[in-house]
Parts: sequence; C-alpha cells; structure tokens
Amino acid sequence: MVDLSVNCGGIKSPNPFWLASAPPSNSAYQNCKAFEQGWGGTVWKTVGEPVMNVCNRYGSIDFNGQKIAGLNNIELISDRPIEVNMKEIAETKRLWPDRAIVVSLMVESKKETWHDIVKRTIDTGADGIELNYGCPHGMSERGMGSAVGQVPEYCKMITEWVTEVSTIPVLVKLTPNVNDIVLPARAAKKANASGISLINTINSIVGIDLDTFKIMPSVAGKSSHGGFAGPAIKPIALHMVSQVATDKEVNLPISGIGGISSWRDALEFILLGASSVQVCTAVMHHGFRIVKDMIEGLTFWMEEKGFNSLDEVRGRSLPQLEVFGNFNLLHKTVARIDQDKCIHCNLCHIACEDGAHQCIDLITENGNTKTVVRESDCVGCDLCSIVCPVEGCISMVRLDEGKEEKTWNELMEEFKKEGKELSWENLGEFQKKHGIVIH
Amino acid sequence: MKNLAPKLSHDQYEKNFEEIHPPLSNNSAVAEANRCLYCYDSPCTKACPTHIDIPAFIKKIGTGNLLGSAKTIFESNWAALTCAKACPVQVLCEGACVFNDKEEPPIQIGRLQRFAIDNYFEKGMPSLFKAEIKKEKSVGIVGSGPAGLACGAELALLGYDVIIYEANQIPGGLNSWGIAPYKTRQSDSLKEVDLVKSFGVKVQTNMSVGRDITFHDLKNKHDAVFLGIGLGESTDLKISGEDLTGVVNAIDFIEEVKKEKWSSVNIGKRVAVIGAGNTSIDAATESIRLGAEEVMILYRRSEEEMSAYDFEFELAKKDGVIFHFLTSPKRIIGKTSVEGIECIKMTLSDAGKGRRKKPVEIPNSNYIIPVDMVIKAIGQGAKTEFLNSITGLKIEDGKVIINPENYQTGNETVFAGGDCINGGKEVVNAAYDGKMAAHGIHKYLSGK
Repeated sequence: MVDLSVNCGGIKSPNPFWLASAPPSNSAYQNCKAFEQGWGGTVWKTVGEPVMNVCNRYGSIDFNGQKIAGLNNIELISDRPIEVNMKEIAETKRLWPDRAIVVSLMVESKKETWHDIVKRTIDTGADGIELNYGCPHGMSERGMGSAVGQVPEYCKMITEWVTEVSTIPVLVKLTPNVNDIVLPARAAKKANASGISLINTINSIVGIDLDTFKIMPSVAGKSSHGGFAGPAIKPIALHMVSQVATDKEVNLPISGIGGISSWRDALEFILLGASSVQVCTAVMHHGFRIVKDMIEGLTFWMEEKGFNSLDEVRGRSLPQLEVFGNFNLLHKTVARIDQDKCIHCNLCHIACEDGAHQCIDLITENGNTKTVVRESDCVGCDLCSIVCPVEGCISMVRLDEGKEEKTWNELMEEFKKEGKELSWENLGEFQKKHGIVIH
Repeated sequence: MKNLAPKLSHDQYEKNFEEIHPPLSNNSAVAEANRCLYCYDSPCTKACPTHIDIPAFIKKIGTGNLLGSAKTIFESNWAALTCAKACPVQVLCEGACVFNDKEEPPIQIGRLQRFAIDNYFEKGMPSLFKAEIKKEKSVGIVGSGPAGLACGAELALLGYDVIIYEANQIPGGLNSWGIAPYKTRQSDSLKEVDLVKSFGVKVQTNMSVGRDITFHDLKNKHDAVFLGIGLGESTDLKISGEDLTGVVNAIDFIEEVKKEKWSSVNIGKRVAVIGAGNTSIDAATESIRLGAEEVMILYRRSEEEMSAYDFEFELAKKDGVIFHFLTSPKRIIGKTSVEGIECIKMTLSDAGKGRRKKPVEIPNSNYIIPVDMVIKAIGQGAKTEFLNSITGLKIEDGKVIINPENYQTGNETVFAGGDCINGGKEVVNAAYDGKMAAHGIHKYLSGK
C-alpha cells in the first residue's frame, strides 16, 4: 500500500498536495470544498494588513492557442478582516482535523504586531504558519512581502519575531526576485524557521494590447508589474528549489511551489527535495477537482516504481547536480533517426541546419525526402530529437563505452601538472587525441 | 415530369444546402494553426497543384498576420476561396499532411485557407499587390473561369491590359456555375472575380466569342489570347427516350441549382443519375437536397473503377443515394415524360494487360427501374467546333495540345489552360494553368 502522507517541517498532511496561499484558498468555503476533493493541505490566503483590491487583476500568456501558459496577477493579500479569516480558519480546522492548515501571514514590520497575529493564528488550531516574504506587487511598496524577502537581514529579523512566540511550525516563503535565493533561505534558517516555501511569483509585465497599447492587466488605463505564475515558471522554480535543497547551511524541509499542474510536475519538485507541493494557477484554471488525478497518478506511479512512501522518492535526483567542470568531456552521443517512424516533416533538418551544427542532410530518394544524420559531424546536442514531433523517432545513441572519463577540471589539473597553459593549441591536442572533431 | 417531388419550405432548402464545412472561429483557427508542425520542404505544399506555401500561411494565422496569410495564398492561387472550400483536400494537401503518418487527424488546411481569405474579403480587399509598370500590350482571355481569372490577374500585375470575354451574364465559369452549393456559393466566386477586376482586368460579360465577336476580331485586338473555355456539352447516352421530359444533363441541372432559387428547380420523386464521377455525385446529392425521395446512381462498372473520390462517395451514401454498380441503361421509358429506365446487368471482362476492364452485358438480365427523372452525367466533350475554327490549334482526345513549358498552343499567339487542356480536372489545376500560362504569355510577348 502506497503511503502519500508527508511531514513538512512538522506540518503533517495525508498527501503532498496543498493549495498555495492565493485566491483558491481565500475562504472557508473554498478550503472546505478543496478538502472534500482530496487536497492534503492548504496555505490560507495571506491574512494581515488592511488592503483593497482593484480590477482587473490578472493577465495571461496564451501559448500557441493554449490558455494560461503563465498567469500574472496584481491581487493583494486577503481583503477580508483578520477576525473573519481567523474565525473561518478555526471552523475549517475543526471540520478537517486530518488536513494541514497553514496560515499565511503578512503584517507591518513591527514586533508587537507580528507577535499579536502569530498568537491569534495559534489560537485557531492551525497546523503552521507561512510568512509571506514573496508578494512582489502592492505590498512591497508598503515595505512588506518581497521587500522583506529581498533583504536577508529583514528576513531573519521578522522570522525571529515569529519563531520566538510560535508554538507551531513556521515556514518562510521566499521571493524569486533576488540574485541568490540561498541567502534569504539561510537567514530563515538562522531565525529558526521550520521550513522553506518557494517560489513566490516572479516580477513581470505579462503583455500589451497592440490595439489599445494598454499594459495588461489594465486598471482603468494604469498598470504595473505583477507576479508571474503558472506552467511557464516551473523550470525557474525547480532550479531554485534545488539550490535551497542542496545548500548545506539551509538544510530545511521544503514546500515546493511554481507552475505545478499535475502529479508529474509535483514529482519533479519532490525528486529535487520538496516535502510538500503547493498549487494555485492550475486550480484557478480548472478547479479543485484536478487533485483527484494528482493523487491517483502519483499513487500509480509509486506502485509501478515500487516505492512505498515519498521519503523514498524525495531528493532522489539531487545527487546528479554537478558543476560543469565535473562533466565527462569524453561522453559521446549522436542522433539516430528511425526511418520507419519518420513522418518527413524535416524539422530536424532545418533545426540542425539553421540552429545547430549542420549535420542532418535532406536527401531525395525515390521522390521522397529523407533526413540522414552525418554521425561524424553530430555533436550530440539533442536539438533534433527535441524538435521531432514523433515519439521515439530520433534517439540519442551513446557511442563511448563509459570506460574513459576526463572532466574539464581534471584536464585543467593535468595541464597544470604538465606545465601547459590553457590555449586553443593545447586543447586541440587533447581533442585530437580523443578523436573529437569540432567544425 | 410525371411525379414531381413536393416543394420544400425555404428554411428546409437552406438547411439542406447549408455548408458542409462551416468556417472556423478565430479561436479554433488559431488553435488549428498552432497544431501545424510548420514542416520544412513540406509535403502539403508539394501536393498542392499551385504549390501554396501552406506552412507559411498557416503560421501567419497563428500569429494573427491574416493579411500576410492571404497574400501568401494569393501569390500561388487566385481561386483561393473556391479552392479552400471545394478542393478535394483529402487527396491533395490534407492527404499529404505528415499527421496522417502520425495517425493523427491532418491539419484542416482547406478551412484555414478559407479563414484567411474570408478575412481578406471581409476587410474589403485591402491592396496587397502592386502592378508593374504598363507594358502597353494587351491580352484577350476567353472565359472567366478559374483559369481565365488566374491568367488575367497575373498578367494585369505584370503590367498588361487584359480583357476577359465571358459568354454568360454572370462571370466566374464553373466556380460560379458548377460547384455544389453546399461547398461554395456564387457569391464566393464573384468575390474572386472582383479581386481580379481590382487589378484592372476588364470582364465583358454576355460576350460570347463566335456569337458576339469573332475569334479573328478578338485576336486582332490583342497581342496574345488565352483560352480558358472549359468543356462543351454533356455527352449523350445514345439510347432511346433521351428526348423525354425529365431527362436532363448534369451540367445544366447543377447550373439551375446554382441560381439558389431552390423551389423553381423541378425534381422528380425518383431520380436516376447515370455515371459515377464527381459531377454525378453532385447531381445526386443536390437531388436529395431538393426533396427527391429516391436517388440512385447507375454505373456500368464497379465501385473500384468509379472516378468519384472516396469522400464524395461517402457523402452520397450518407445522403441516402443508392448505388447500382455494373448497371447500364438500355432505354428510357415513357410516353412524354420519363416513367422508368430499362437497365441491363454488366460484368467486367479482362481487356488485356494494363488496360481498364471492359464492361460486358449479361444477356437477358434486363430489368426496369421506375423513375421520374434521369440525369446524364457521363462526361463532357470539348468545344470542338470553336476550337477547330482557330488556325494551328491541335486537339487530341478532346484536349487542346499545349507546350507544357509555356502553355502555348499550336498557334503561337494563342495560349490555353484549364479543363480545355486537361479534359476536366479540379479548380486548383485550372488556377495553376492560368497563372503559368500568364508567365508563358509574358515571356512570349517580352521576347517579341
């Protein structure tokens, strides 16, 4: 029997799928409905300072006819009073004792104010607190949100105000709008945070209407940057999660966020070290019901791979992360085209010809075109198999036997020992010795 | 006619003749455009007789560059709207789409082309092409069908004065008169005529060469002549009873339907269409749509030899048309109107290596099918009399012989294209011929 339960920094839930602090987790109605559908937890939409929202709030990137490849928003934190939220949180927790209810908080940078709201949150019976240091619009102008997350010192100070009074786990949610995501994470660690949530949304201008010249979203003709989310940001989020997960100083549980729409996306975050994952945009697009496939898909995958718990999966891909200098320069792959599967779209030819290393010839045979790889010239870049629309038609075949290995760092070490400088001539000699031909 | 099918309500006629391929919405067009793989050296382009750069025009739909898309299409094909709606895409571009090999539905190229061209006409035909400086030479074109229009458009843009002579009151040739209304309407064809006129081409309607002007006079007026005259009369069955009321030829019948005055077209309750080509299918499906209760297609060979496209055969079957294969008409029976048709069963016998199997009558297998109307659709002949009057023209198998390099006939100032040189093919072939002939004429006149 597969066990999907997780424990993220002391916050336990029956499965790793949490609602992110966002419009879908705004109210008791929504969170209860989400739990009915199977969500393992929620991060209640940020409670705190008095705010007022505007319309419109969202802008979307539609890619090739697909709606919402990315979603930008300028919505603020909860626009309902703290009392109302706290009451609903307590009620929801009473109804759903087995689900994780984490409350996202954001108040002005005063110790007393933070102490007060933390205590009120604990009183609801919530399972944890998430500190919103990420919101990149509106709140940051008022010295909150990403204005905190971007300065490790502030991050540490405010987190300390929270952890010194909190009796429940405290997650710190980070903004990606920084040079080095590890620094605020380390600050959170120093302030005794229980875990890190990342990433929040990315500063963005989502688009401009070419007929009206209006920047989207447009608030009666005025606009601003917003926070970008959705499938488009997943690679950035995965990278940042991996950075925090591999940092020895941080060493905290992670709640992964950023473009997660399916169990497959969730697994990628988990494989890079996330304990739980948070979802917003996909729910805004399709509703809470998507969690059913997430739970089922993850369960079937675990069964198929023979995993019993997510502990066996978490971080499994992290050991592969290496610096470029430790890659084997003698590893050699070339593209092979399965002519039986080829549909003759010739995209591999034109991609290689114009965008890579000109090693796929387009030849005419019996009146039909045929794409043929000149293996001696193929650099094994993988572009052709990426553009190929047919599954399994182009495969990258390994030619080296894995017996020889020489990394850049090893080579530089060797050069140093032999008193050789790094020059094109010396590099060319190494290439020649190993039959590496560069065109 | 003995038994007329009851007339239908206006709404019912409109419903029966509504488009079988409705337009794409903006959303669906963009989604479909984005599904296109944008193949390089694409098979669809090669399969199109006019070699439209299909991936290019489709990608432009995807980016919202609809005028650019229309321009790409027109650069290859001036009958773009008719072709978008009436081309047998299943055997041309869409049939060549790489998605077929991927076992996925091919890109709906025809409907996407229509989307771009519809938009172009809705926008009021904004100028996309600039004519070259005037050559002070003129070309006369006989016939305003797709071949003539394409030739005229191309020549006008090359700087020639062009007059198209059209015998009919309404121009457009078979694009206006010969395509089933559920594929295209006359108004579609007339848009294409307007486009060609916008380049300065003059279209003189009600001007029959041979009747209103002699070919000799016409030829003297111009530096070169293009013949896009199509085919002539329908072939007769050469059996008794062909003169009875209720016997019509398919071309006349389809023309009548094309006027879109549905209730004024008389249709029998039971209709027999003779022949199994694409014109026969049109006649049969139009009969059904006009309210005929029973429509059958009689063909002396078998399904395998039938020249109608598979998708046309399917359409007819879906409409309820009954196919009688290996069935040949012997005589049409009736006093003054058609009452029945006597048929005989056929069998196919080997006609020798590489030759089409020959239908042979099965003795004593005659039988009578009661029908009220017979539509003859066994082909059309060439306009032999007219063609024979032109000095130097060579005709073989009813086709005007041209030099495929430049579309020049045996008479050096006379060029030809379309059905009159190929015996009856698709609109897209005629559009290609017309365009290529224009370049042949240009080369000829500029070398002069």
